[in-house]
Amino acid sequence: MTDIYLIGANHKTAPVELREQIAFDAGEVAQALERLKNDHGLTEAVLLSTCNRTEILYYSDSPDSVARLIQLVADMKHLDPDRFEKNLYVHKNQEAIRHLFMVASSLDSMIVGEPQILGQIKQAYKMAVAQNMCGVVFNRLLHKSFSIAKKVRRQTGIGDNAVSISYAAIELANKIFSDLSTKSVMLLGAGEMAELAVEHLMGHQVKRITVANRTFENAVSLAQRFNGGAIKFEERVEALMDVDIIISSTGATDYVLTAPDVKKIMKARKNAPLFFIDIAVPRDIDPKINRINNAYLYDIDDLNNIVTSNIEQREKETVKAGRLVDEAVIKFEQWMDGLKVVPSIKAINDKIQAITHAECEKTLAGLNLSGADADAIRRMTKAIATRTLHDPIRFLKNTGDHRDDSRYLSMARQLFNVDLLDEDE
Amino acid sequence: MNGLEISVKMLLALPCLLYLASAALYVIYLFRQKASTQKMAFGLFCVAVAFHVLATIILAFKIGNLPVHNMQQTLSLAALAVSCAFIYAQKVFRLKILGVFASCLAAGVMVGAVAVPQAPAEQQAILNSFWLWFHIILVFLGEAALALACGAGILYLLQEHGIKAKRQGFFYKRLPSLDLLDSTSYTCITVGFTLLTFGLVTGFIYAKTALGRFWGWDQKEIWSVGTWLFYAALLHCRLYSGWQGRKSAIMTIVGFGLLVFTFLGVNILLGGYHQVFTR
Repeated sequence: MTDIYLIGANHKTAPVELREQIAFDAGEVAQALERLKNDHGLTEAVLLSTCNRTEILYYSDSPDSVARLIQLVADMKHLDPDRFEKNLYVHKNQEAIRHLFMVASSLDSMIVGEPQILGQIKQAYKMAVAQNMCGVVFNRLLHKSFSIAKKVRRQTGIGDNAVSISYAAIELANKIFSDLSTKSVMLLGAGEMAELAVEHLMGHQVKRITVANRTFENAVSLAQRFNGGAIKFEERVEALMDVDIIISSTGATDYVLTAPDVKKIMKARKNAPLFFIDIAVPRDIDPKINRINNAYLYDIDDLNNIVTSNIEQREKETVKAGRLVDEAVIKFEQWMDGLKVVPSIKAINDKIQAITHAECEKTLAGLNLSGADADAIRRMTKAIATRTLHDPIRFLKNTGDHRDDSRYLSMARQLFNVDLLDEDE
Repeated sequence: MNGLEISVKMLLALPCLLYLASAALYVIYLFRQKASTQKMAFGLFCVAVAFHVLATIILAFKIGNLPVHNMQQTLSLAALAVSCAFIYAQKVFRLKILGVFASCLAAGVMVGAVAVPQAPAEQQAILNSFWLWFHIILVFLGEAALALACGAGILYLLQEHGIKAKRQGFFYKRLPSLDLLDSTSYTCITVGFTLLTFGLVTGFIYAKTALGRFWGWDQKEIWSVGTWLFYAALLHCRLYSGWQGRKSAIMTIVGFGLLVFTFLGVNILLGGYHQVFTR
């Protein structure tokens, strides 16, 4: 009896130090697949390794393969199996299929709905195909995982809404300004947070970046990195005339921009909108500024609130997504059942008997035979069908232990066109 | 006469139904955010406008003049002006969500046009003038542009409220940037104001040729000039005091309220020689 197994560790079961140790790079994946094929005699296996998970999905008829594969990972990673065995989960058949579908649909991700995981699974599948480690079952299984992932993304809101602070800030900037490429940014403070924020905004190609910092040298060096300009910290209020977005992350204990400052500038800039992003703790920018017309202020808590509520929103959608996954699992299991010997033989036998019966009755209707004669002919046609199928059925019943049953069954079902469960959406 | 009335209703009923269908699709688009729904809604809207134009031309030939001789015809022409203005604005700004406002407004006005009790449309020789045609067309198109400005202003306030209150509600995802809404509203105001100015000027000229005077202290005249001054003040504030954004949006909505009153309210409540058009 051949089963689908899945062994793995992810961000829920293993700490990052351990995940790093059992992660496989592309070369190691190829090597591992090679060994699974040659040393362990596996015909179908996929190895997925990302920063949040390492998983081996394989098709085997031996229950002790689990221990052997854990040993293989331990050997390749020079680890003691005891060191990570308790962090592993092992799923079999239905559970393994469900787990794969959940992972592909990004329901098992650290940030639910993040889109990278599907690409990573596709990559893992490609590598398995390159090693000739995907047969009838896994080709279908993996393709089903891609299609369910797309379906989940399409039919639920799981991929909507910003779930990181910088993305939420950029989304807000895009809701205030129609074209960021015509807008300028001023950084208050040249710390690491400011740098990160600008790196994200640079991706959106703002027109110009100005850096103001108490230590002027730091402002200059950061400005150089972004092809921007540096100004003295004292010039920050006048500089509001020429910028549209202000990102503040200084270590100051007082407000570095106050509402009266901004009110004055607002008049001078004819109320052209200003967007303040205050990521400093304690806050840098006077919260009263948000009450000024056409000035918008978001501090780190506001951005965090957006992100939290968006994550909650995504998690609500997981219920619906879970249902879609369950449906796909059931369908896949039905298809797997079809690959079993008895139902396949029955389907083939039924089809041939039905054909001979129908043809026989059609012919008999045209002939004027007595009841006994007709029965004899019926018996004869039935016997022809049975005898014709005798050898193929015997072959399917005993393809030999060393051969891949599922491949022959799949082929036989295609040959006789009895693959009724095959529905590709 | 009765036969004409029934056929007028029939003529307007078809575009009215199409507007309603388009408005329904736009509302679905507002909730579902499917691009295909928006395309269908806009397509249906264009079909509605085509039938509406056809109906208006047939009507114009039937009565041998611009169809503005009673409330029904006036409302129908107003809806047509809004629709044409929206199709043009859609091509320029690609502000798809404005369709929700435009289609609902057009559908609402058309339902009004089909539903109002009929007053006999009397043919008056006085209404046959080159200046009058210009007056009517310019004023209607100007008012349509100002209606769209009001729509953009409403959308602006909805979006602005969400961003200020830091609550990403229903509209946050569905509406475009404040910048785009504000500039759309501004462009609509300048276009609408220009058309309205020429509309009023041609109106005065017509009054001179037909009534022998430019200005007659008629209620409608006073309110029209008042509305015009309101928009002039709004534009002035925008240009010289930087009244963009929220204040401008509120003014636009107030201005449109004033406009609707001048357009209908004055005729119905206060009277004046324009009253005949809205009987």
